[in-house]
Amino acid sequence: MSLIQQITEMYTPLLNVENLNVEFRNHAGKSIHAVRDVSFSLGQERLGIVGESGSGKSTVGRSILSLIPTSAKIKANKIALNGVDLLKLSELEMRQFRGNKISMIMQDPKHALNPVMRVGDQIAEAFRLHNRIGRAKAKQKVLDILNDVQIRDPERVFRAYPHELSGGMGQRVMIAMMLIPGPDLLIADEPTSALDVTVQMQILAIIDDLVRDKGMGLIFISHDLNLMASFCDRILIMYAGRIVEECRASELSQAKHPYTKGLLACLPTVENSDQKLTTLNRDPAWLE
Amino acid sequence: MAGIIDIHNLDVHLGRGKDAVHAVRNVSFSVKKGESFGLVGESGSGKSTVLRAISGLYKNFTGKINIDGKVQNQHKGVDFYKNLQMVFQDPYASLHPRHTVDQTLSEPLQIHKLDQVEKRIRTALERVGLGLNFRFRYPHQLSGGQRQRVAIARAMILEPRILLLDEPTSALDVSVQAEVLNLLTELRIEYNLTYILVSHDLAVVAYMCEQIAVMNQGQIVENLSKDQIMKSNATERYTQQLLAASKGYDRDAAGKLLQF
Amino acid sequence: MKTEKTLSGWRDWLLAETPESALQARLSRIYLSWLSFKRNPLAVIGLLIVVFLVLIAIFAPWLSNHLPTDQNLADRLQPPSSKYWLGTDELGRDIFSRVIHGSKITLYIVFLVAIIVVPLGLFVGTTAGYFGGITDKILMRITDVFMAFPRLILALAFVAVMGPSIENAVIAITITSWPPYARIARAETITIRHSEFILAVQQQGASAWRILLKHIVPMCTSSVIVRLTLDMAGVILIAAGLGFLGLGAQPPSPEWGLMISQGRQYLLDQWWVSTIPGIAIFIVSLGFNLLGDGLRDVLDPTNN
Ligand SMILES: Nc1ncnc2c1ncn2[C@@H]1O[C@H](COP(=O)(O)OP(=O)(O)OP(=O)(O)O)[C@@H](O)[C@H]1O
Ligand SMILES: Nc1ncnc2c1ncn2[C@@H]1O[C@H](COP(=O)(O)OP(=O)(O)OP(=O)(O)O)[C@@H](O)[C@H]1O
Ligand SMILES: [Mg+2]
Ligand SMILES: [Mg+2]
Repeated sequence: MSLIQQITEMYTPLLNVENLNVEFRNHAGKSIHAVRDVSFSLGQERLGIVGESGSGKSTVGRSILSLIPTSAKIKANKIALNGVDLLKLSELEMRQFRGNKISMIMQDPKHALNPVMRVGDQIAEAFRLHNRIGRAKAKQKVLDILNDVQIRDPERVFRAYPHELSGGMGQRVMIAMMLIPGPDLLIADEPTSALDVTVQMQILAIIDDLVRDKGMGLIFISHDLNLMASFCDRILIMYAGRIVEECRASELSQAKHPYTKGLLACLPTVENSDQKLTTLNRDPAWLE
Repeated sequence: MAGIIDIHNLDVHLGRGKDAVHAVRNVSFSVKKGESFGLVGESGSGKSTVLRAISGLYKNFTGKINIDGKVQNQHKGVDFYKNLQMVFQDPYASLHPRHTVDQTLSEPLQIHKLDQVEKRIRTALERVGLGLNFRFRYPHQLSGGQRQRVAIARAMILEPRILLLDEPTSALDVSVQAEVLNLLTELRIEYNLTYILVSHDLAVVAYMCEQIAVMNQGQIVENLSKDQIMKSNATERYTQQLLAASKGYDRDAAGKLLQF
Repeated sequence: MKTEKTLSGWRDWLLAETPESALQARLSRIYLSWLSFKRNPLAVIGLLIVVFLVLIAIFAPWLSNHLPTDQNLADRLQPPSSKYWLGTDELGRDIFSRVIHGSKITLYIVFLVAIIVVPLGLFVGTTAGYFGGITDKILMRITDVFMAFPRLILALAFVAVMGPSIENAVIAITITSWPPYARIARAETITIRHSEFILAVQQQGASAWRILLKHIVPMCTSSVIVRLTLDMAGVILIAAGLGFLGLGAQPPSPEWGLMISQGRQYLLDQWWVSTIPGIAIFIVSLGFNLLGDGLRDVLDPTNN
């Protein structure tokens, strides 16, 4: 990407999040401040979010879509998509947005699929929600999509129930469903954690093409640091609900924050296989 | 054929009628006692199915599964399960949501009518590095890494000699992954355990395993040593492609990937 | 030591993040449910009504100032007064006392129906769902047959054959009520039978019955309890309906449906004879419904 492109994008962000705060209240009435003062903007690019479990990555994604339990409090100066403030939308308008403009691939594919409905019917339903076409045509479309996400025998998978799919196949079905509406913004929450590296690469290529050719914006949540470094343009590193560091993906290995360095040091490599892996030593100072 | 696990010409068919799948085709391999054996390969290529057939969850396989020199037929006695346990991929789905850690851990003891329940539960929790104050928590009160520790404790409480691990860390972040991998390494040395480990992360497999089999479309296409992975030294095209892809994302390379 | 705990001490004990015993873990879970339950005022009203009903049934002999079957023909069809708080019926029996004693019958019916319907429905549903295949087909066809008949008609036919009595009314209500429970339990079972936590116990060598009883049934109980509570209003209405038609409780029993039926000739001039037991039925049904709605919000996993 050229510098000029980058600069222009900075001035016409697709998504603009300013000072996002999310507070959950658990049963006992204790509040959990899951996201603290998160601000970022997103152009037509691939933005990665990394961070340890519980750092608030999914919560950021879900608050953009207002998919947060009603008991939780969302506060933000603004969450604007193409200049429209999503916080000011009614529930009905938000639902429209969710269907057409923003898609989210949920972290837990098997839980997001209905266990007692055939996979093909579920995708077809999603398809017919967005396109007025007949049953037979919808089926053909679904088979094409399954083929696109590298499913080997789409016909069989069309008729299968979710438990009859392997872990990675379930994940690809979810991805297929979310790409159907052709969203402006795709939030992908660990979309490829159950995929082998070659299929993962092919799936990422599909998403990549949408970003490059259709100008889609992508928020990519993952804890696969190597993948992030090679796939994304920019990376936000989250710790305890805050963005502690932001860097260009290619420069992840030279990250400065001790937390990011700590994460990088946890990775197993072929070379260190006779040693114990380093684990993270959390420093209370990171919370500041 | 001196392994603790010997698989010979294993075939598994799943599903019925026109939707039947030949999920595992003519798979043979052997794992020595105390060894850690890795299984990698394409998504949907039958890795989990191989583990499930070995673990006794799928009864309708053909071929031979020898464990500890004993031929495993389709009907297994309770003792079989005591010797061989499995850890599942998803720590969020593999613990009963309405059972406390204590109930989860005492269940296998009750099934196998073992004594000293109290002592066994305490040691199991200690071994996986969870304090006793986790004992009466429900799964929703645990983080992903803590859940996976409970799942490992549950498998270890029967003192099995073989652990089957189906992507034990793919749902965990890197620091928790490091904790769990360290734990697995320690347990293996301490109890001379034998592992079969499925993972998509070649670095994890290379870190943990001495022998690695690569699967595609239900078949084992190549066997590799740790050394060969380290040097990216594979003969089969599919394996070469897999090793290349593990270097990171590359749009041009993605377009040139072949289907095998 | 624990006896010295203050109120807030108990609260902290119940909300502890690290329970120290199985008992504490269980109580803490119940307490958390209670905390979210009590946020719903209607549900609390429902609970109060049901608790009130139970108390009335227990203390009926002490609460009533007349015997429910004591006739006093000189005082027949008296309007509410200080002697007869809610008036008397055509045989001069005190309606207040009869309504109070009638609560025992209502509870008896509700209780019997509950302890038969729940295990039966759970058994059929989880077995069908877990084993699938031919077992499922057979059990679900049987369920369908029972579901195909309108409830009241089937109950009527049964009582007509077996003879009218409370016990037969209960059996009639039971055979018409269990199928939805089997359906619910089956649906729940099907969604979880392939989950990894079930695979994990299978892999430990547990028998199918053990898995059903210890691992699957607990996952179904909350939806079944919710359904049961919501159903109770219907059960009470059918029992009253059978009583009203002379096919349930027999005179001189103070069953509420029967009381309405006997008072209906006097509805225009002595409205209280029928209306009072009617109000009792209405309040109790409402109580169970409100309670059921509240429980659904707390227990039903689909809501969380
Ligand atoms: N519905 C909820 N109610 C209460 N707390 C919640 C809820 N959802 C999330 N949290 C809490 O908010 C925090 C952030 O959670 P989140 O799911 O965003 O983490 P994450 O970074 O996506 O982690 P992971 O990598 O495990 O998916 C956690 O402490 C979590 O316990
Ligand atoms: N219960 C089942 N009924 C029918 N087919 C099944 C069933 N379980 C798995 N399959 C099929 O068997 C094949 C192998 O699945 P398996 O789960 O072993 O793959 P895997 O190698 O573990 O893949 P992944 O890495 O994605 O988890 C897949 O094509 C899948 O659709
Ligand atoms: Mg998450
Ligand atoms: Mg698998």
